Amino acid sequence: MAADETAALRRRLMRAERRARLRAFALVAPLLAFLAFTFAVPLASMLWRAVADPELGTALPRTAALLRAWNGSGLPDEAVFAAAAEELAHAAQDKAAGLLAKRLNYEEPGYRTLILKTANRLSPPFAQGARAAMEAIDPRWGERPIWLAMRRAAAPLTGFYLLAALDLQQGEGGVTAVPAERAIFRIVLWRTLGIAAATTAACLALGFPVALLLARAPPRRAGLLMLLVLLPFWTPLLVRIAAWIVLLQEHGVINDTLTGLGLTRQPLPLLYSRSAVLIAMTHVLLPYMILPLYSVMRSIPPVYLRAAASLGAPPFAAFRRVFLPQCLPGIGAGSLLVFILAIGYYITPALVGGAADQMISSQIAFYTIGTANWGMAAALSAVLLAATLILYAAYARMAGTGGLRLG
Amino acid sequence: MTRAAEPLSARLARRVNTGIAILTLVFLAAPVLAIVPLSFSAGSFLTYPLPGLSLRWYADFLSSPLWTHALGTSLLLGAGTTLAATALGTLAALGLANSRLRLRGALMALIVSPMIVPVVVLAVGMTFVFSAAGLTNSLLGLLVAHTTLAVPFVVITVTATLSGFDPVLLRAASSLGAPPLAAFRRVVLPLIAPGLLSGAVFAFATSFDEVVLALFLSGPAQMTLPKQMFLSLRETISPTLLAAAVLMTLVSTSLLLAIELLRRRTARLRGSER
Repeated sequence: MAADETAALRRRLMRAERRARLRAFALVAPLLAFLAFTFAVPLASMLWRAVADPELGTALPRTAALLRAWNGSGLPDEAVFAAAAEELAHAAQDKAAGLLAKRLNYEEPGYRTLILKTANRLSPPFAQGARAAMEAIDPRWGERPIWLAMRRAAAPLTGFYLLAALDLQQGEGGVTAVPAERAIFRIVLWRTLGIAAATTAACLALGFPVALLLARAPPRRAGLLMLLVLLPFWTPLLVRIAAWIVLLQEHGVINDTLTGLGLTRQPLPLLYSRSAVLIAMTHVLLPYMILPLYSVMRSIPPVYLRAAASLGAPPFAAFRRVFLPQCLPGIGAGSLLVFILAIGYYITPALVGGAADQMISSQIAFYTIGTANWGMAAALSAVLLAATLILYAAYARMAGTGGLRLG
Repeated sequence: MTRAAEPLSARLARRVNTGIAILTLVFLAAPVLAIVPLSFSAGSFLTYPLPGLSLRWYADFLSSPLWTHALGTSLLLGAGTTLAATALGTLAALGLANSRLRLRGALMALIVSPMIVPVVVLAVGMTFVFSAAGLTNSLLGLLVAHTTLAVPFVVITVTATLSGFDPVLLRAASSLGAPPLAAFRRVVLPLIAPGLLSGAVFAFATSFDEVVLALFLSGPAQMTLPKQMFLSLRETISPTLLAAAVLMTLVSTSLLLAIELLRRRTARLRGSER
């Protein structure tokens, strides 16, 4: 009897528990559904496009199937030529041929015109056979490279874009580096990391003294000085960039002052340079360094320093051996945060940098908005995302996920 | 140890540190302060000394359909983003506060991840999905995109105010006969109001300052103020643009002030509880 009641009670309790859990989940569900559509699906589709290779399969489905079966030695047999000729002639009418031409042009510049020309001029039936008809339009159809390129494009998945994002290519003998004159992305990647590292170093060098000053100031004054840090933090990004353009441009405030004082005769080329990018990025990212440093420094009890001094440590040694080691988590968190944000920068270099100061994000924008080479845009995005996530994992270990503080 | 007893080297180090810190604070504040007087210039050259003061560039801004339309679009978009992000974010924060919910840590990590992923990367993915869904070149698409960026701020600020919330209060309310909705409105809402409001302010500021998603996803008909500024800055910088910049800064700094006041209020309330 008592056991029955307990069991019934437990069941009721569990039901209530389940209802409460469901209610809590129902509250989170709308946001999860929203983010699935606006965040998870976009990222997944970006990653998919970095490896997807649909163009040949869409434009020439039968040829693609035959090419996948071909072992790649010599030339493909007559059946492949026949399928390709027929399907190319057919594809000339719709958008698929254009997309295929664009895709194959990534393999080798010049293939675009080859495909379009061939597709437009082929007119079945072919009296001398498909192969002769194709070779009559362009002799390259009688050579291996175009067929190998088509074979590579026939697979539904490709490593082409991801390799290209690192200036690598899939040749016959495996993965090799692309020739130096065609390598573009590795330079941009190194430049991105270099600019991010220099910005981080500048932020640390300038941010540490500010955080120290704030941490040592009496609370009232610290609050006031903190407003000076937060004010530019809250100023819209484009306003800050506009301000730097006004200061740095050829007849800007700084150049006019310098020439007015007779320090320089010609205006200095300050804007559209690497230094302009570094100055503006340091200005924008400094608060992200100061805030975590400040919160760590504030948590170090001054008693420790006094203890070190009373034990006879000279002030500098006390600072270096007692204070600085306790700042390390703040230094690490702040530096990683600034570095993570810096490698994704696009707007600032686009407006104050020159052509040689653009970072990986600018390449991504170029391939997305400019030439609509979505495979390349996706692969470069995947590289940037991977770098960001690796760094963020290090940041989360150092600062904890609760380290994301606001204001 | 008195300051006089400090060795010379220590005092010197302190002075050097203070010097660098003050120069850095000047570096942080000066550029934006420098453009404020220029926007009131009577002349059209963006340099000092000013030939005189006038409001002509502000008048120019307000009489230019290009700029006023962009301002209107940005305000509308900001308001929409604020509403959507605050509603979705507050509900989610209330759910996440319930300790019975499974995988709370993972859900929280997922919800804040739009803050971590580089905006350009997100913009690429959204371009793929939104163009298939017909959401590019539309204000609704941009609103959805901005809400994605803004919602983590709301979840974080509301969660922070909820962390001090005692669920016993809700049980007390219902035992006194309050229906759930009334209990929420009269007990929960007043307590989370500061977090909700600062989340809303963050959401508005995020949308009002956002340019990358606007560049990728929107067309010429959805010209926002930051996008208009970006496109103008690529050509040439005009005094009218500076007037727009100062007005934008005015909006943002009043938002900062609002957040600061809310924070102080919360701190005071928290302090008086103990």
